[in-house]
Amino acid sequence: MLTKRIIPCLDIKEDRVVKGVKFLGLRDAGDPVEVARIYGRQQADELVFLDITASFENRKTLINLVEEIAKNIFMPFTVGGGIRDLGDIRDLLNAGADKVSINTTAVKFPDLIKDASGKFGSQCIVVAIDAKLVDSSEFIVHSEKLRTTNYELRTKKWQVYINGGRTPTDLDALEWAKKVADLGAGEILLTSMDYDGTKDGYDLPLTKAIVEAVNIPVIASGGAGKLGHFYDVLTKAGADACLAASIFHYQEYTVREVKEYLAEKGVAIRL
Amino acid sequence: MIAIIDYGMGNIHSVQKALESMGAKTIVTNKPVDIKTCDKAVLPGVGAFDDAIQELKRQNLISALTEHIKAKKIFLGICLGMQLLFEESEEARVAKGFGVLKGIVKKFENKDNLKVPHMGWNQLKLKNSACPLLKDITDNSYVYFCHSYYPKPSDERIVAATTDYGIDFTSVLWQDNIYGVQFHPEKSQEVGLKILRNFVSL
Repeated sequence: MLTKRIIPCLDIKEDRVVKGVKFLGLRDAGDPVEVARIYGRQQADELVFLDITASFENRKTLINLVEEIAKNIFMPFTVGGGIRDLGDIRDLLNAGADKVSINTTAVKFPDLIKDASGKFGSQCIVVAIDAKLVDSSEFIVHSEKLRTTNYELRTKKWQVYINGGRTPTDLDALEWAKKVADLGAGEILLTSMDYDGTKDGYDLPLTKAIVEAVNIPVIASGGAGKLGHFYDVLTKAGADACLAASIFHYQEYTVREVKEYLAEKGVAIRL
Repeated sequence: MIAIIDYGMGNIHSVQKALESMGAKTIVTNKPVDIKTCDKAVLPGVGAFDDAIQELKRQNLISALTEHIKAKKIFLGICLGMQLLFEESEEARVAKGFGVLKGIVKKFENKDNLKVPHMGWNQLKLKNSACPLLKDITDNSYVYFCHSYYPKPSDERIVAATTDYGIDFTSVLWQDNIYGVQFHPEKSQEVGLKILRNFVSL
């Protein structure tokens, strides 16, 4: 049976892990390869590396880093941050990334999703969606289009943000999710801006709505603080995978503890 | 020496590094002459069927690999690299496969809420434990999948393992000197490395 996946996320700046990974006994908590190895040993199902500098000058550093990771870690990993075109995607895949995650550029140039999935296959194109709950009255300030389409349907909507959550767009997250799936995205990495960093749990209504809207896997992100949170989003909201950062980096729980807990509760998990 | 065929379709580093980590000698190449001198060839590959066939043709690799296989030298196809061996694929708009294996490559149907691509860790159900690639691999071991298409060989006897995703599809195949895996052994941690080690010892 296909299992649910638990995915630690590492923020990378230059070629270092940032946002404090606090592992005991780790020689260099800033070394992405070493951190990745630890997570591999803990039975992480995949890893996500997010390049938070994502500047043009840093592309070469990032490519070298991806090569280094692929040389040492025999598990699947996704790289995201600052991807602008087919060339960027090709470089990352050639360097050893299994998937790339595209956010801002996908919104600005949706055809990139189509071109990239046509060229490299849907399975390696992840579209990251950052969404925030807004009243539709507030939302239509940004969107004339939505007024005529589905304004009546819901009073609350999830609005898509880009540029690392700084810039609101005209897009309704549900509509956008359907569109990226139609364009050939292989997976959606869904971050709730309302829950991210709260440790109050994943955003169940948002995740459930997106899971029901599309037929591709959905990775839930943002809000993990307790073991039960993983269980809820995987079983109640139907997410295919859970992404988490700080809960693992600060060793509140190891990946293995989360997986053992889920397996005990009857969730399909690889142990 | 193992030739790892680099025809410009993505991730070959991980395959090479995984093989080298167990002491195998490898060469990453797109030259038919290198394939000739190697006793084993690995055809990896992610991406689209048409593009792959086009690239392989352009670089004169199809005939080189077909000759390799006909000379009874060991061949391992990974994911798309295995699918290319079949006669045709539902993914292809124009291209035909190598046709060394009889059968077709089909797409998972989007029915009963089955999500496509099939992405993540799933189990191997061993059908032919005599397959040397699966030596010491236990039934129901987890390996990593990432694909929307699967092979459907005409000859059931070449099915060495299947995996359940809506249907039982062929995840490992074995016909004489030809081996194929639908998952990514180079990404499947211990189980995957064991399978590659078996390949190296063939």
